[in-house]
Amino acid sequence: MTTTSSPVRETGLIAKTADYLDQRTSMSGLVKELGRKIFPDHWSFMLGEVALYSFVAVLLSGTFLTFFFDPTMTHTTYEGSYIPLKGVGMSAAMASTLDISFDVRGGLLMRQVHHWAALLFVASIGVHMLRVFFTGAFRKPRELNWVIGFVLFILAMAEGFTGYSLPDDLLSGNGLRIIDGMVKGIPLIGTWISFLLFGGEFPGLDIVGRLYSLHIMILPAILILFLALHLLLMIINKHTQWPGPGRTNENVVGNPVLPVFGGKAIGFFFMVFGFIFLIASLFQINPVWNYGPYDPSPVSAGTQPDWYIGFADGMLRLIPPGWETYWFGFTWSWAILVPIALIMLLLIPVAVWPFIENWITGDKREHHLVDRPRNAPTRTAIGAAGTMYYGVMWAAASSDLIATHFHVALEHVIHVLQFLLIVSPFVAFFVTKRICLGLQKKDRSIALHGIESGRVVRLPHGEFVEVHVPLADEERWSITSYNDYGPLVVRPDANGKISTVQRVRAAVSRWFFEDRIEPITKTELERAKHHD
Amino acid sequence: MAEDEHGGELRTATSSERTVSRGTALLPTDGFQNPGLPEHRPRVTDTDPRAAKRVERFIIFLFWLSFAATVFTVAAYFIWPIDREDITSVRANNMFLGLGIALSMMTIGIGAVMWSKYLMKDHEMVESRHKTEGSPATRARAVEVFQQANEESGFGRRTLLRNSLIGAVLALPIPGIVLFRDLYNGNNPAPVDLLHETMWDEGVRLVRDPIGTPIKASDVTIGSVFHVIPDGLIDLEHHMLEEKAKAVVLLMRLPEERLKEEEHRKSWSYNGIVAYSKVCTHVGCPVALYEQQTHHLLCPCHQSQFDVTEHCKVIFGPAGRPLPQLPITVDGEGYLVAQSDFLEPVGPSFWERKHDYNV
Repeated sequence: MTTTSSPVRETGLIAKTADYLDQRTSMSGLVKELGRKIFPDHWSFMLGEVALYSFVAVLLSGTFLTFFFDPTMTHTTYEGSYIPLKGVGMSAAMASTLDISFDVRGGLLMRQVHHWAALLFVASIGVHMLRVFFTGAFRKPRELNWVIGFVLFILAMAEGFTGYSLPDDLLSGNGLRIIDGMVKGIPLIGTWISFLLFGGEFPGLDIVGRLYSLHIMILPAILILFLALHLLLMIINKHTQWPGPGRTNENVVGNPVLPVFGGKAIGFFFMVFGFIFLIASLFQINPVWNYGPYDPSPVSAGTQPDWYIGFADGMLRLIPPGWETYWFGFTWSWAILVPIALIMLLLIPVAVWPFIENWITGDKREHHLVDRPRNAPTRTAIGAAGTMYYGVMWAAASSDLIATHFHVALEHVIHVLQFLLIVSPFVAFFVTKRICLGLQKKDRSIALHGIESGRVVRLPHGEFVEVHVPLADEERWSITSYNDYGPLVVRPDANGKISTVQRVRAAVSRWFFEDRIEPITKTELERAKHHD
Repeated sequence: MAEDEHGGELRTATSSERTVSRGTALLPTDGFQNPGLPEHRPRVTDTDPRAAKRVERFIIFLFWLSFAATVFTVAAYFIWPIDREDITSVRANNMFLGLGIALSMMTIGIGAVMWSKYLMKDHEMVESRHKTEGSPATRARAVEVFQQANEESGFGRRTLLRNSLIGAVLALPIPGIVLFRDLYNGNNPAPVDLLHETMWDEGVRLVRDPIGTPIKASDVTIGSVFHVIPDGLIDLEHHMLEEKAKAVVLLMRLPEERLKEEEHRKSWSYNGIVAYSKVCTHVGCPVALYEQQTHHLLCPCHQSQFDVTEHCKVIFGPAGRPLPQLPITVDGEGYLVAQSDFLEPVGPSFWERKHDYNV
């Protein structure tokens, strides 16, 4: 354990190993390319790291669990250590889950690590996505990586749901029942899809085994593949950086992978791991022994899905009664189709957002400097509206608990949330846009007039003035160097026509960039100096 | 945006901005100059060797602590085993193993980060970016490669040959999809038929869930509620859960004047005792909560509410249809029995569901 640098001896083991490998793999090229690659540093860049590291925790703890878990629905009688369920009939999946919890030392810990890490995985992906969205880090050349990231987000939720259903306990069985009911509501193919999924009528004897192969093989394989692509593209495109003195769109300022960035990353990896273990050792999660084995008849009040499925479950609850029609001899379950449509209304724009924004701005340049959210007011406001929309759906998944905890009528909770689902995105949009413009105005006035010092000076002729401290060049640069777009002005094309597409684009562009605060210019600053 | 020549060694990529469309972006004509990197500020550990030594000692301590925590974890595995006689031993086992591992990882993590932050050289370095696309020569060569391959193979020329290949390859995955048809075995009954039938039939006794004892009409007092399954369900060798998932029923008795029954359904109840499917018509959760005072059934999953006095019509929540009613009567011994199966499919709606049932 010394930190004095000792160069590797040319005859030493490390040098020999490195030489051996390089002669067979040409690995020195990789080290040359990546070893001193520069990474910019900012706290918001670690959110994606949390996702990556918690995924590793999920993989490792999940591998441990596979050695003990029996993914079959064969009926068996529980004979383990947990007395309240002794002699109760259940599936082998549930029994082996109980055995992992009560008869394998550290088994409960690994179950809880797996579950907490999974929750953290989806949460960190969500926050990471918000960071990328609000800073505009998805712009060219990173649009494809945004789409890949979106796929990872969907895969993470699918992994979560398939894993949640494996123990075959009362709660997860009810979750599957809800999926079954939703699938049956799909026109034309729903009934068949349900029967193919469950191998017959719900619940059948196949679903746990099928979800198991999805959960531990197919989905992880796709997830790891996309994750590798995601990281590869990040290396190819290099990381974005915040604008600031000395940082341009043509450089990257920061620390090299070896040693500083790598050291911090490895350290952070262990911190995330340790944090997950800390939670898992102190806080119970998914105590399936309290729920009992799956039985189609009982259900407990206050059932909650895992948080990341909450938005979908909540959306189901917000539909008014009787949304079902009988047309052309078939049943149309609007109570299922409308929630799916409203969820797609959120997910599809998220998936293709970089292309939408690019179509509006028409900007084909590469962007490596991120936006401060305030400097892209309309985008930030749209993001806030989308977040609100998701948040209302999510809150609806706990409508019953909100009612019991706050002593309000359940019906009122639902009606308020239905109202909020439609109205709150608009309110969020308007408020956020105003806040962004206000912050930009504040930046502008600080850049022009400096910071109020609070010192009031009386001049010889009796006038009182407040002294403003002018900004340093670095500070001024940080708040005035941003991308500014004007609204699109439609012009006739070669045939003298203005196409409908162009008209629409111009209208959207106006909506986007009509209200804007332009960065200050040197001339304006000069003028302001004369005024002060 | 700005074109600064920081250090004079960076090749700016802004020249490309002339050739690439910038859309509606407004380029600053009278903007400020990028002031360049701010001066590097040394840390305490750079200027004070004793501070650096202190930090180093602390990190060494953290790494040793990690090792100790690892040893502790292994020891904890044996010190706090799981005792079959005492279920609470699981808690101690879980906690000490977890805390040991958490400490051994946290200390390495914090130590490594501190090493990087306080002891490694932290001068900010600058690296130039290049356009993501390949150099013009590379791109030209790539196009050339494809052209050569095309010429030498005749891929573009022999269109029928090429399109035949594409068509054949596109058809290849179809068997892979067809093979999944037997996820639900083709020899089994048609799904829609199965969804139309349950275990209930004429004369099948209503028995208590889960113990299976029959229910006398005289046992059902006003205001009471019974969770009911068909007689014989719990003795099933196969498909017990599937049958149960369709056949669960709620039995309630209301004051007869409270029941607003349709004319043709008056015979379905018995002395104010009514039986309704317990499977929610929304997505199939069990409608398990009964409010005695209001005679409302509540589904705990998505809060659909059904009014028992009016044939379980939906009065709140996302359900689309009333709960199906099971026609009941009593047999010679006074036990409650079903008059027939349900007269409509129970549970969530599905595409092929008809609306011309005898209800």
